[in-house]
Amino acid sequence: MTLRPRPRPGSRPRTARGLLAALAALVLTVTACGDATRPGAGGGSGSGGDLTVFAAASLTDVFTTIGRDFEAATPGVRVTFNFAGSSALATQIDQGAPADVLASAAPEPMRTVTDAGNADGSPTVFARNQLVIAVPEGNPRGVTGLADLTAPGMKVALCAAQVPCGTAARSVLDAAGVHLTPVTLEQDVRSALAKVRLGEVDAALVYRTDVRAADAEVDGVGFPESSGAVNDYPIVVLRNAPNPTAARAFVAYVATGPGRAALAAAGFQVP
Amino acid sequence: MRRVETTTRPVRRSGRTGRVPVALLAPAVLGLLFLVLPLAGLLARTPWNTLPQRLTAPGVLTALRLSVQTATLATLLCLVLGVPLAWLLARVEFPGRRLVRALVTVPLVLPPVVGGVALLLVFGRRGVVGGWLDATFGITLPFTTAGVVLAEAFVAMPFLVVAVEGALRSADVRYEEAAATLGAGRWTTFTHVTLPLVGPGIAAGAVLCWARALGEFGATITFAGNFPGRTQTMPLAVYLALETDPQAAIVLSLVLLAVSVAILASLRDRWVGT
Repeated sequence: MTLRPRPRPGSRPRTARGLLAALAALVLTVTACGDATRPGAGGGSGSGGDLTVFAAASLTDVFTTIGRDFEAATPGVRVTFNFAGSSALATQIDQGAPADVLASAAPEPMRTVTDAGNADGSPTVFARNQLVIAVPEGNPRGVTGLADLTAPGMKVALCAAQVPCGTAARSVLDAAGVHLTPVTLEQDVRSALAKVRLGEVDAALVYRTDVRAADAEVDGVGFPESSGAVNDYPIVVLRNAPNPTAARAFVAYVATGPGRAALAAAGFQVP
Repeated sequence: MRRVETTTRPVRRSGRTGRVPVALLAPAVLGLLFLVLPLAGLLARTPWNTLPQRLTAPGVLTALRLSVQTATLATLLCLVLGVPLAWLLARVEFPGRRLVRALVTVPLVLPPVVGGVALLLVFGRRGVVGGWLDATFGITLPFTTAGVVLAEAFVAMPFLVVAVEGALRSADVRYEEAAATLGAGRWTTFTHVTLPLVGPGIAAGAVLCWARALGEFGATITFAGNFPGRTQTMPLAVYLALETDPQAAIVLSLVLLAVSVAILASLRDRWVGT
């Protein structure tokens, strides 16, 4: 960065301007045919090798454990996870991100992937989850149900409506007839939970399993309306999976194999 | 961290004539493509036919208005605090000046999310300053528009300080010395001589600072959260729109791109001219 006290008179050579124009034209040509080339399918070294799993933020802890067990059970495979809000993951996949497996926290993001023809086969529901009210350890404000969240001065974090935990939160609040104005709409469930852990909000609607994962710092308060919005977690092998063999093995491991025990231990309902 | 070049020595123009070596031209063109191509891609994928409806959607205008307001307030805050800081760094000899200068530029290289976490730990409800503000005045900054301004100012202020300090260093100190000989105090010299002298530098720094504040994402979403009309600025809206409606995200991005280009155009003489 160079800053000069006053603008320097003098002009750019004409040739430079011509070059820029030529480049601009080139850029437009390149972008015009850019759509033909598909990204993805990069980096994979055949079966064995690397396995890339895109998984919902709420699966962070349990999938990390399952991934380690899977690696131990399947020599030569290295599992890499990308944890984020399910909808962000679905968008990334539809934009050509090179992933092998998608595990979503709700059917809707999964549907955008299957509708776009990016899934190989149909998804399997491997877990179910329910919302609870996460409060700081010891429940200092004595929250017992959804209605308490509208108390004056109560700061509540919800997930944004674009991600599954936000959709579920909206539907339980509507079902309970509770008109709640949160202070923030977080981009995924773990961000909402983090705001409770940091003490910045008094409560957040998160999954039961998230509370269990942060056991030492937060308590979970269950509420009856949550049974009306149970989240199904679907998992699928992706069509452009760089490593389809390992992908299928992983999905089987999670949905029907030893992964089930780990999911149950983390507090998921396993079908 | 490299210090900003502040010299006014004319740069020697050599090699103006003769052929451009391919070894330099090829990577240069590739580099340019790399920078320009994503922007061209944005334009190519813009849903031009539905653009007017999408631009006038209520959420877009709310986010844009909030972005402009917070970026402007953050820039004002940066001007009030940053110009004196730049002056201190450029004009006053004090022990540890190099360290202070390095500290000032830390937010420039710090990942904004880290900045957001740091802000939470200090200005959050359990933070050193935030806890006191909450207990004494009942003021909480996270999840408020003021929090957005704070987050933006945190990441944008170094831009202003660096720009203004550069301008101060390259300004001719003889004017200030003359003012001092004529009996002007340091404050009078600052307001009557220094400020007008580096006015253009301050303006450039402010515009840069404003642009950085406008684009702020990481610190904002971490510290101020995301709520439409209160803390959801344009970049946050882009990010969340991408999750469900990529077309809307492209439109929002286009608005930010247009603003950025407009800023670049306004600074054409200083940054692009030579």
